[in-house]
Amino acid sequence: MKRWRRAHPRHARRTFLRAGVGAVSGLALAGCDNLSRSEWFPKVLDAATSVNAAIANVVGRRALAQEFSAEDRSPTFRSNGTADPATAQYAAWVASGFATYTLDVGGLCAHPQRLTLAQVRDLPSRTQITRHDCVEGWSAIAKWKGARLAALLDAVAVKPEARYVVFYCADPMSDDPTDLYYESIDLDDARHEQTILAYELNDAPLPVPNGAPIRLRVERQLGYKHAKYITGIEFVASFAAIGGGRGGYWEDQGYQWWAGI
Amino acid sequence: MTTIAAAPSTVRPGALYYRHTLPVRIMHWINVVALTVLFMSGLQIFNAFPVVHFGKSAYDGTAHALEIGVQLDAHGEPRGVTSIAGHDFDTTGWLGLRRDADGEWVASTFPPWLMLPGVQWLSMARLWHFFFAWVFVVNGVAFLVYAVASRHLVRDLVPDRTELRGIGASVRDHLRFRRATGEAARRYNVLQKLAYLTVIFVLLPMAVITGLAMSPWFNAVLAGWVDLLGGRQSARALHFIVAWLLVAFALIHIFQLVVHGLWNHLRAMITGRYRLPAEPSP
Repeated sequence: MKRWRRAHPRHARRTFLRAGVGAVSGLALAGCDNLSRSEWFPKVLDAATSVNAAIANVVGRRALAQEFSAEDRSPTFRSNGTADPATAQYAAWVASGFATYTLDVGGLCAHPQRLTLAQVRDLPSRTQITRHDCVEGWSAIAKWKGARLAALLDAVAVKPEARYVVFYCADPMSDDPTDLYYESIDLDDARHEQTILAYELNDAPLPVPNGAPIRLRVERQLGYKHAKYITGIEFVASFAAIGGGRGGYWEDQGYQWWAGI
Repeated sequence: MTTIAAAPSTVRPGALYYRHTLPVRIMHWINVVALTVLFMSGLQIFNAFPVVHFGKSAYDGTAHALEIGVQLDAHGEPRGVTSIAGHDFDTTGWLGLRRDADGEWVASTFPPWLMLPGVQWLSMARLWHFFFAWVFVVNGVAFLVYAVASRHLVRDLVPDRTELRGIGASVRDHLRFRRATGEAARRYNVLQKLAYLTVIFVLLPMAVITGLAMSPWFNAVLAGWVDLLGGRQSARALHFIVAWLLVAFALIHIFQLVVHGLWNHLRAMITGRYRLPAEPSP
């Protein structure tokens, strides 16, 4: 699909006007187009997300995501987004079999730590067969094993003023090497039983296309929340000063921070 | 049709009578806007993964039921291809691939005038979809409460036994485009009632249920409930199918209006007043 360029908005508008769908519907579509591009209207639309998130805060707040049997697993687990961060640092980690990889854990906690992959693997773990729901509409089922994030929270003694957990990743999202993927979740989700720092996919070490050596599994949210290639974890009171200020790479592009739908 | 029902004898054919109450009219038009936005933004969301697949996940080892995309033909030229159960159909210009205003090929699952936004923009389509989903649900619940409380449901929409026995005759009338006149034109006919009831109590609730079934959060609230629909990816397929069934209903609905008096019916749904068709002259 990459061979054919995406429609340019201006061209598309011209096309449907030429197609002659009728003056009224043409105006309605152009009106919707203008609304989509306005500053204020998307904010009005996004009120629905606030309602949904508020409901989710009450309904099924601690509910467990459905778990599946081994036969339900997808033959291969699809890789989406970055398939290889391909930075010098990341290539060096891959070359060492991630023996030189470290995970920085800090922010609003009593005992900031720098963990090796072996230390992450020593944390209390959980294994689960769950379904990954991508915002695009596809889904895939796989078996994950990882360190319970709640155990890490306890190990570093997260402070009460911390409200969010921010995940910093190794994959650059543009030519700018500082434009790295990041994500954030709240402490409820961080302490959820199924929220893990996954280092195994289908009983094998997490492959590079799926986020080696560690990716987040936050089972009741869409795929883009499941940050891959995690290199740092920070506990914060607000994510307004991080990245574009909306709590994640895709959130900064207009996707919802609460991705339960 | 009417809550302020005039005695049958007082309305002569050719006279205006009050057919649709104000709440029904308002909720009808809110529904038109909400469902139009939901359908068009839904197609833009579908465009991000233009595949219909039945199963617990999209990748369960079985083939996709439907896929719209771009393939290269023997000459290396791009073609829009729609695959249905493994059979490829060339849909260049309509599905998968279209020419833009400059005559260049652009990958596009559906024509841009069918989608909201018209160009690939998943995050914006989701914003429209989830906002108007609430508009639709609140409006729908209000309609159900009103329809029960005002007896609109039992008086105007639910067919009685006599009407049900007349289904055959009603089918014949429809095939001949014969329209009701006089007193019979004051009521919805039995096929019309069944169509409305199917939309209100089957298709629209299914749209909501299959939509919720795609939410990973709502999946977790009641463990395993999505399996009743055949799994999450089946729910997405059903959501897509229900959307097109609603479009089919809307097209037939509009066709019937055109056949039986577009302006008379439009006026009735705007002002409430409907002119009874005159009896055929002997």
